[in-house]
Amino acid sequence: MFSFQVGSLLNIALILGTVLGAAALLIWVERRLLGFFNDRLGPNRVGPFGILQSVADVIKLITKEDWIPPFADKLPFVVAPIILPIVMLLSFAMIPFAPGVGIIDMNIGLLFVMAMAGLAAYSAMLGGLASNNKFALLGGLRAAGQMISYEVFLGISLLGVVILSDSFSLRGIVEAQSDGWYVFPQFIGFMVFMVAALAESHRWPFDLPEGEAEIISGFNTEYSGMKFGLFFVGEYIGMLFMACLIPVLFFGGWHAPFGLEFGNEIISGLFWMAAKTSVFIGFFVLVRAALARPRYDQLMSYGWLVMLPLSLLNLLITGAIVLMQGS
Amino acid sequence: MSVFFYGSAIIAILATLMVITRTNIVHALLYFIVSLLAIAVIFYTLGAPFAAALEVIVYAGAIMVMFLFVVMMLNLGQVTQDQEKAWLVPSIWIGPSIMAVPLLIEVLYAINLQQEQMAHTVIGAKEVGASLFGPYVLAVELASMLLLAGLVGAFHLARK
Amino acid sequence: MLKGLLHQLNIYWSQIVSLYLVFMHLFHKADTVEYPDVKPFTFPRWRGRIILTRDPDGEERCVACNLCAVACPVDCIALQKTEDEEGRWYPEFFRINFSRCIMCGFCEEACPTHAIQLTPDFEMAEYVRQDMVWEKEHMLIDGTGKYHDYNFYKVAGKAIGGKGKGEALDELPPTDRRSLMP
Repeated sequence: MFSFQVGSLLNIALILGTVLGAAALLIWVERRLLGFFNDRLGPNRVGPFGILQSVADVIKLITKEDWIPPFADKLPFVVAPIILPIVMLLSFAMIPFAPGVGIIDMNIGLLFVMAMAGLAAYSAMLGGLASNNKFALLGGLRAAGQMISYEVFLGISLLGVVILSDSFSLRGIVEAQSDGWYVFPQFIGFMVFMVAALAESHRWPFDLPEGEAEIISGFNTEYSGMKFGLFFVGEYIGMLFMACLIPVLFFGGWHAPFGLEFGNEIISGLFWMAAKTSVFIGFFVLVRAALARPRYDQLMSYGWLVMLPLSLLNLLITGAIVLMQGS
Repeated sequence: MSVFFYGSAIIAILATLMVITRTNIVHALLYFIVSLLAIAVIFYTLGAPFAAALEVIVYAGAIMVMFLFVVMMLNLGQVTQDQEKAWLVPSIWIGPSIMAVPLLIEVLYAINLQQEQMAHTVIGAKEVGASLFGPYVLAVELASMLLLAGLVGAFHLARK
Repeated sequence: MLKGLLHQLNIYWSQIVSLYLVFMHLFHKADTVEYPDVKPFTFPRWRGRIILTRDPDGEERCVACNLCAVACPVDCIALQKTEDEEGRWYPEFFRINFSRCIMCGFCEEACPTHAIQLTPDFEMAEYVRQDMVWEKEHMLIDGTGKYHDYNFYKVAGKAIGGKGKGEALDELPPTDRRSLMP
């Protein structure tokens, strides 16, 4: 039970701890990086380099009053913030971190991930609806429309990878990339997935469900204390998950670039997986710092008029080429 | 596996009961989502992981979100809740219940009959795809025509 | 068609350019001044915390003329005049409510004796609001502040103990009006 293989108890405990720790750390990393991008320093007061900033934030959030507005619909109001972190953590069960490191290896791993991404929409929607507040409702509406729309392209852009690797299992996809990353044959799929992943985890610049400038804080306007904290942590776990998923699907997961493997294959795999994930986390933060939020109609028309045809075309061409090579 | 099956089956039945008896539509939808998730687990235990994933993606992930979306647009308040409460009197239940009970007995009998066959040929994505575009290609094409008609209709309605 | 496509490509290109430009800011020096560790430089005439000064002889400069209280736009200064046995005027109490003070410096400009002066210190936060009310003993310093040589009673015509009429600097002795004959 304590051996180092997929699904062992040690594995589960280590991955859960690492993911939660990394998500907490990510809050600090993002704020610090944003600071650097803005020629500021970012939080650097709590602990060395401000690394304990998240701890301070959590202490503050826990000690705050946990306020349920009297006009809110109590059951969905309480359920909504719990959904997001749970769903995102469940998605992490599918990620293959290195050979032999992972929680579960399902033959429908990618579909499971898609299903969880679909369920994540409820968090924002129920939160917005249950708050019984106009701005929260607007945020919930935006979240619903955005997440339904971009889930479509998220799914279709992945199908090229599925066709190439002939597998829905994420571990199978990584193993199929041992002789070449899928980012090259699937570049359009990668671009579409990147944008859809940003929109799906409603990160900047697609944070229209929150849109501080227009609708206060969107679906979490009425939330306070640790309920707000759960939304917050869930968003960061989602960002971490997307940053893990992109290397797994397009950048060869644990495979080292240019044959730069070293030592044990588990250690080397974990190192390269972490390195690739960090690059994409950095990219997400860079996108947040650099790009402006689109208008909602622009978001929708961009999705349906550009992303959908692109991803369908990508799927069509990939399928045709694979069929031609197969025959 | 049968523990998972019966557990999720009981959850599904209870959740569906709650869906019918709720007067607040948002609560009803919440229970409906739980029921769909339980049915997805049932699919998985029955050896159909692809169907289970599609159940969650399509029904729980997309269609129920659409339901919620519509509920948000409708601005339902206390008035509709009271109306719903007035409609949900026990006398209305009698007819459907009488008709549903034989159905339930039949289902229970059928489950008892097939107890041995409940497991286990895993039907993955490939098998589903092969049978959809093999023997059932006509049905798929018909369904796609229907969906296309729906799409065109929606496009027509949305035009000014 | 081509023009529209070029326009679209230009949009994407501008996004990439802005990503690159923002990325390059990673290598710029931060503009942040880490305030509690690094104190900013404030000029000597910076308008900050208000003090009351003494003249070169070590006596209080304030003569309780109330001009500062009148000049104060937010009415945060309160004082009461009293007199000692020599005839010098003093404030019996001198109270500034710093929770209202806007550091405008009008009191300093109004003061005829350079008694009230503003200093470069601005770190005046308190946990209790009542602590923002400063009394004379909090504000009175031992030095002369920004004006070292000025001594009001040395140049003013008022008679105090040890200095009669006409004994001030640049002051003529009082004229005997009865001797002023044409």
